[in-house]
Amino acid sequence: MTVFVIRRFLQSIAVLAVTAVIVFIGIYAIGDPAEMLISPDASQAERAQVVASLGLDKPLWEQFFTFAWNALHGDLGRSFVFNRPSIALIFERLPATLELTLTGLVFALILGIPLGLLSGLKPNSATDEVIMTGSIFGFSLPSFWQGMMLIMIFSVWLGWLPSTGRGQVGEFLGIHSSLFTLDGLKHLILPAINLSLFKLSLVIRLTRTGVRETMPLDFVKFARAKGLSEKRIVFVHVFKNILIPLITVIGLELGSMLAFAVVTETIFAWPGIGKLLIDSIMRLDRPVVVAYLLVIVSLFIFINFVVDVLYSLVDPRVRLGGAQ
Amino acid sequence: MTPVLEVRNLSTHFMTRRGVLKAVDDVSFTVGQREIVGLVGESGSGKSITGFSILGLVDPPGRVVNGQILFNGDDLLKMSPTAMRTIRGKRIAMIFQDPMMTLNPVLSVGTQMIETVQAHDRVSRAEARARSRDALGLVGIPSPEERLDSYPHQFSGGMRQRVAIAIALLHRPDLIIADEPTTALDVTIQSQILFEIKRLAAEFGMALIWISHDLGVVAALADRIMVMYAGRIVEAGQVDGVLSEPRHPYTSGLLSAVPAAVPRGEPLRPIPGFAPSPLSRPSGCAFRDRCARATDICATEPMLEIAAGREFRCFHPHLWSAA
Repeated sequence: MTVFVIRRFLQSIAVLAVTAVIVFIGIYAIGDPAEMLISPDASQAERAQVVASLGLDKPLWEQFFTFAWNALHGDLGRSFVFNRPSIALIFERLPATLELTLTGLVFALILGIPLGLLSGLKPNSATDEVIMTGSIFGFSLPSFWQGMMLIMIFSVWLGWLPSTGRGQVGEFLGIHSSLFTLDGLKHLILPAINLSLFKLSLVIRLTRTGVRETMPLDFVKFARAKGLSEKRIVFVHVFKNILIPLITVIGLELGSMLAFAVVTETIFAWPGIGKLLIDSIMRLDRPVVVAYLLVIVSLFIFINFVVDVLYSLVDPRVRLGGAQ
Repeated sequence: MTPVLEVRNLSTHFMTRRGVLKAVDDVSFTVGQREIVGLVGESGSGKSITGFSILGLVDPPGRVVNGQILFNGDDLLKMSPTAMRTIRGKRIAMIFQDPMMTLNPVLSVGTQMIETVQAHDRVSRAEARARSRDALGLVGIPSPEERLDSYPHQFSGGMRQRVAIAIALLHRPDLIIADEPTTALDVTIQSQILFEIKRLAAEFGMALIWISHDLGVVAALADRIMVMYAGRIVEAGQVDGVLSEPRHPYTSGLLSAVPAAVPRGEPLRPIPGFAPSPLSRPSGCAFRDRCARATDICATEPMLEIAAGREFRCFHPHLWSAA
């Protein structure tokens, strides 16, 4: 286990370094931020002064090494636009995205797993048909369209829920989140549903497939021959086997939910990092984009690590470290 | 003495898209107390489905369509699912063919044993664990206490089958149905397991239905033998009698296809042709297309003949001088 953690840590550093290089060069290739930042009627001298102050006059490799050197000292650069440390901007916005993503994920799981079980245990029944048809909608209707429909139905027509913003933010144990106020929760519902509909469909289908694949196996029949109750067979014998593929996909999807909350955040004007990223790309605010991607990559690495640990807890055949 | 199990006119059919598949067709037999009965036949002859039918474990589209299964006098087919569950694993246990597949890979052996104890008896976890440990010891697993915490993949095939046997023994059932439990094991392990099962069955006074395609195994183990072909029992009787003087041509065909039964150097004589598709069985005797003794009369259904403790379905049985 210790060997596993150390090796994984070293791999993570390498991944972060490679990402930094790719992103840095990539965003450099998109365009010159000076064009965006400096007003067209600025004089040549003013222009040169701004470019020099941002360090944009130096060659790419020198800019990169300055960035890398500072990054190693914990400084990911200052936003060109806000003139504040980019990492501070991101951590300011990250809780909003995290609460949105986690709420969406929990929603997808607590609804998706029971529905998937229901479907898988009674294949081709009317219930199964309804659930499967519903999940096709979840899969195939584009997320932005679903978001707009949610707003139209629940905010515009019914007027039940607010359509934009994060609402009032409460504090609990030093954590600021919309989850702690009624107003915040109201604001959270629609975006969280919007973000989770696709994942919900995915969880339903994964669970259903898992049940269908596991039920005919010999060990299920043997469990029946032992006289176990159907409840125990489904919730212990079958479910624990389904968890393995479920954890894999959920882990990957959680990362992508964080990274691509962009669409939902844009529709619902949710002040999260997705929206920050879009704005920063538009303004070629390089330090923010690079810092954002490094944070997301770190989150991915962390999630994958948690998934691997969960694996070893769920499946006794998996032993971390590969010592055997 | 009343028999432990009496199966009367059991028919289990599978309603497939291509028609009704008669996996078990009008099968009747009894298993006496402490009796070991061998049920032999080729793959697809319906012997495993017979075993699953007794426990009510036939998966859809299969269904028991007719018959009675009297277990200690009670008809299992008339029982509610809840009542049936109290029989399964408690009074009738089953051992499956492939020990690699019968244990749940993600649950420890201890968990899988303890849940079996607790499914039927209201006992504490500690007591259930103690009983599980004793059962493991009984089937010859070394250091059973530690092995309870192991997972199936940490056992060899033979050891896993011992675990499955230990699970079957947990409640000292009246009857164990063993569905080819040694087929997936290598020969030395196979004979050890055979020996253990025979010993344990005698020790606890359990009856045993041993499903197998291996005549040698059945000869070594069983008191009585039933030969199944195309969903029917074509011959039944005491092991010695059936194997030395088979009356049904199918039984004799099986025997001359066994390597040990044929003198060295002589070729084996396989039964010509193939078992008929269960969807389109010929009328009358299902074996007649492959039978050298068949005549026109075989197109009608042969009745069950009962003579001197032997049962067979054939118009042209082998005649033995003693008979």
